[in-house]
Amino acid sequence: MSDLGLPASAEALRRIREDPHRLGHRAHGPQEPIQGAGHGVTGPAQKRIIVAYGFWIFLLSDIVMFACFFAAFAVQRGATAGGPGPQDVVEVPRVALQTAALLLSSYTCGLSFAATNARNKLWTQVFLLATGLLGLAFVAMEVQEFVSLASCGITPQRSGFLTAFFGLVGLHGLHVTVGGLWLLTMMAQLQVKGFRREIMHRLLCFNLFWHALDIVWIGIFTIVYLMGTVP
Amino acid sequence: MMRARAGLSVVSAFGLVACSGGVLDPVGPVGRDTSKILIDALLIMLAIVIPTILLAFWMAWRYRASNTKAEYLPYWSYSGRIEAVVWSIPTLTIMFLGGMIWIGSYKLDPFRPLPSQTPPLEVQVVSLDWKWLFIYPQQGVATVNELVVPAGTPVRFSITSASVFNVFFIPQLGSMIYAMPGMVSQLHLQADHPAQLLGMSAHFSGDGFSDMQFQVKSVPPADFNAWAQGVRAAGPVLDQAAYAGLARQSHAVPAFSYSAVDPTLFHAIATQHLPPGPGPTPPGPAGTGRETTPAGKG
Amino acid sequence: MFGKLSWSAIPVSEPIPLITSIVLILVIVGVLGLVTVKGWWPYLWREWITSVDHKRIGIMYCLLGVVMLIRGFADAVMMRTQQAAAIGDAHGYLPPEHYNQIFSAHGTIMIFFAAMPLVIGFMNFVTPLQLGVRDVAFPTLNSVSFWLTASGALLVNISLFIGEFARTGWLPYPPLSQTTYSPGVGVDYYLWAIQISGVGTLMTGINFVTTVLKMRCPGMSYLRMPMFCWTTLAASLLIVAVFPILTATLAMLSLDRYFGWHYFTNTAGGNPMMFMNLIWAWGHPEVYILVLPAFGIFSEVFSTFSGKPLFGYRSMVAATLFICIVAMMTWLHHFFTMGSGPAVNTAFGISTSIIAVGTGVKIYNWIFTMYGGRVRFSVPMLWSLGFIFTFVIGGMTGVLLAVPPADFLVHNSMFLVAHFHNVIIGGVVFGLFAGLDYWFPKAFGFRLHEGWGKAAFWFTFFGFWITFMPLYILGLQGMTRRLQHINIEEWRPMLLLSVLGVAVIAAGVVCQVVMLVVSILKRDQLRDVTGDPWDGRSLEWATPSPAPFFNFAVMPNVEGEEAYWGIKLRAIDTQQLSPEPKYEPIEMPVRSPVGFYTAFFATVTGFALVWHIWWLAGLGLAAAFAGFVVFAWRDVHEYHVPVEEVARVDRARRAAREAVLARLAQQATPS
Repeated sequence: MSDLGLPASAEALRRIREDPHRLGHRAHGPQEPIQGAGHGVTGPAQKRIIVAYGFWIFLLSDIVMFACFFAAFAVQRGATAGGPGPQDVVEVPRVALQTAALLLSSYTCGLSFAATNARNKLWTQVFLLATGLLGLAFVAMEVQEFVSLASCGITPQRSGFLTAFFGLVGLHGLHVTVGGLWLLTMMAQLQVKGFRREIMHRLLCFNLFWHALDIVWIGIFTIVYLMGTVP
Repeated sequence: MMRARAGLSVVSAFGLVACSGGVLDPVGPVGRDTSKILIDALLIMLAIVIPTILLAFWMAWRYRASNTKAEYLPYWSYSGRIEAVVWSIPTLTIMFLGGMIWIGSYKLDPFRPLPSQTPPLEVQVVSLDWKWLFIYPQQGVATVNELVVPAGTPVRFSITSASVFNVFFIPQLGSMIYAMPGMVSQLHLQADHPAQLLGMSAHFSGDGFSDMQFQVKSVPPADFNAWAQGVRAAGPVLDQAAYAGLARQSHAVPAFSYSAVDPTLFHAIATQHLPPGPGPTPPGPAGTGRETTPAGKG
Repeated sequence: MFGKLSWSAIPVSEPIPLITSIVLILVIVGVLGLVTVKGWWPYLWREWITSVDHKRIGIMYCLLGVVMLIRGFADAVMMRTQQAAAIGDAHGYLPPEHYNQIFSAHGTIMIFFAAMPLVIGFMNFVTPLQLGVRDVAFPTLNSVSFWLTASGALLVNISLFIGEFARTGWLPYPPLSQTTYSPGVGVDYYLWAIQISGVGTLMTGINFVTTVLKMRCPGMSYLRMPMFCWTTLAASLLIVAVFPILTATLAMLSLDRYFGWHYFTNTAGGNPMMFMNLIWAWGHPEVYILVLPAFGIFSEVFSTFSGKPLFGYRSMVAATLFICIVAMMTWLHHFFTMGSGPAVNTAFGISTSIIAVGTGVKIYNWIFTMYGGRVRFSVPMLWSLGFIFTFVIGGMTGVLLAVPPADFLVHNSMFLVAHFHNVIIGGVVFGLFAGLDYWFPKAFGFRLHEGWGKAAFWFTFFGFWITFMPLYILGLQGMTRRLQHINIEEWRPMLLLSVLGVAVIAAGVVCQVVMLVVSILKRDQLRDVTGDPWDGRSLEWATPSPAPFFNFAVMPNVEGEEAYWGIKLRAIDTQQLSPEPKYEPIEMPVRSPVGFYTAFFATVTGFALVWHIWWLAGLGLAAAFAGFVVFAWRDVHEYHVPVEEVARVDRARRAAREAVLARLAQQATPS
């Protein structure tokens, strides 16, 4: 242990109080140290904030993963290996329907969260179901698109461009599918357990996830489909 | 004690290396310039690094706990002046190095032709599993695992790969560059005087990689023409059929030459009109999950 | 039914993996048998396997890391000896197909399953204690992270005796890693092991970003956090930013291999250069993820063992965040020779050199921390001084490599190998050993034997230089890396010298093991009675050793930069502890088997995917999902620790501290 004598501790406390080098011990100004005056000094945050914050960080990481697939698409957009190019693959009417379904599902998801905040189990479930059905419609249309492309011999095995296309769009579809599974689980949990604290947290996370998927879809819709109609 | 040891290591290291035919023993202008940059950068940084290390050891020794003569400043933890110096030293060093980086990268860009009165020799390079093919389009011949160049003549290499990534590297001539399938890299090198040099692949490419060296012979220009004539006189022809055989996996291939080359061959390889080399012969008995060892020598 | 798997996957015709596997299986069976016979399973299950306590998880991470470090070291010994034995006509004892697996496994294991778990283990153990809180933001997720990492490690080790491992190097560059040129299961083992453990690591990153930013004890503003917490934050931010790139890139390679897609293929529009860019966009930040926490450890050690605060704390914070950001802008320096052109090469050469600014600032600040101090040459301090010498030289060679024309001479050579081992061993490994000695008493209640620790340091330090200095020379002599046999006679002397160095390092490893054994045997003499064996300055030293499961009976209220130092001095000054706080019941998270369960099925799924046993893979995934749902169904997430228990534990701590005060008072007054 240390063998410091008496003056050292007084010196230590004086330095903390006066902070001659402005190392951040106190709020801006010559007053006494202020507790809780910003700078995150009030102790650990509430559970709800911690959960939501952590989930946001996860969403950011997921967007990085999507960014890699977007980058691959950008790099390989012209790598058609003599095969079909973007214009042969893009079918705007169906994609418009898909977009409508997904955007609408985001709206119903928001409505379900409003119902959640009002602790209204019936309407939460109704709007969650609507969200799920619209999401299912989205995925069904996407599967239909892939199947019809495959029947024309347009598969990811043909070229780098098609690989990047199916990879990016497919990754998003996979996320929506997993989101749908999550949604079913949430509906079941909500039904059985009601609005317990952790169910509320999970619904919050689900909402964030679903809206984020929507944002990613806007990116895909624009970069892959709309820009794909232009040579 | 540690200081002397470090110094001795550095000195002896360079002593050993200078005599040994590596990158610090260049035979051409590119090698000379790149190795000079390496040494210069090293010396600049040693000028910072050695005093820093000495300072660290001195500091630890002087302020050791048993040294009661040294002043104990239990709360000294900030000094604007020291901070300014401490941020400046690395910043200034890096700015200087940045200049070297900029100038050096442009001057020694592998794609940049070498200034010379002599017209360059064209050599097309194909890396295969696991040997090197050199095509001399101006001479109409090709060699495997042996590169012959005239001394004092700049050589323009066009480099591609017929299988996986490799790196074309002749340590004593300087820069290296990737050999990539479906792409053509360019490299400009020159050997100033006749010499026997070592060339190699500097990028792991599979089971036969360790034998992917090639001999480099820099010969007087007249001897080079004589050599080319001799090669044209006898030997197999490198057409697409012969190439297909060559592209199969083999290693430790002794050097040999082709008396004639299909002039469209390199372009066909580089654009992948000729498909890349096949991989290993089909895997061993079902269920091992392991690849077989590569086929025998070429 | 069993995909590609059959009995011939077991390498009965290859003695080395066969014997290794048999020995390993015997050891594992032996250990499991011992545990069963002694009836330790309930304890292990309850207290360790299903634990969500960050301290327990941290220790398990470190244990995993140490075991894999030994395996990685064994691979290294084989590599060095093979290269020394296979010169000229001699061909050594490892044929190429085997040697190539060994160097690939060496790199993969060292980075993913030794260094990462050790670094994450330290982050786990120390950060909540230093922040003055009871656990991380998501304790159950933490357990899942650990077990997924262990699952990846298990898959890599299974490849030793069922099938083979990748032969492509620790990063599987295409086209070599595509099915055309690597048709075996090796690359698939690699892919699934890394993907599974990568998910775990990503979750750790999320966990620690949230913990550091949202969970600190009252009064602990950002600029009052210990330096190690700042480096944890920076490393975790990097993890969150770049591990998704790894996941995406390996997923793309998996799609190419499994379904014949064309992300990175040789033909049909595939782009192998894209793999290089993507994988190094992950790969470079990865090494900063490893080294930043090691820098944090050095900050703690330099300040504690000099008896002074860290010099230039705000500069250090700035330098850390600077390194964190610039680390994501330098990846191209791993392939200057790919021919990107002078403009691009210049840009990345300069950005790489710029990182040296942040690192240089840190080095100088550590040096000036010692100025005016009372430096104690304890084992952690020795590792730290060894680090300054070693890492500065390694960093110097790094800046050399950052100059593209210089890199054109030594890219992929033994010079490069020497450089990155220089910085990883000098930086990360030395830091981990310093931290091990420093925090061991906090984890286990007794110190490590100092004599053996110092011996370990000296052997490792000199062994490192004797091993790697020759490799620098070999690189300058023109030797490239990953050669199974060497056709150039001139390279023999340095290859032999390097093997001698390996023997010296091995002596260091032996010393570490002996240190551990001796310390355990002598633990009563080495007991840490006070909880503060080093005269520490941060909050973890306010707890007893080992720390109680709830860390702090009452969350401390922090007033200054060195949270514990002021408290301690006031106590010594006034000859008494602060008054006994009002104890309240504490909520702690319940333990959970979900981590172990998920990882078990992840291993099953990974193995099934490697061998193309599709039904088993589907089953594994479904079981993992089902388990998750079942777990999420639980109603009880926390349990209450009664006031009496909190008070009992804390009063014992206070009694120990009061005894120390009394002893100090006695020493002060001459009698």
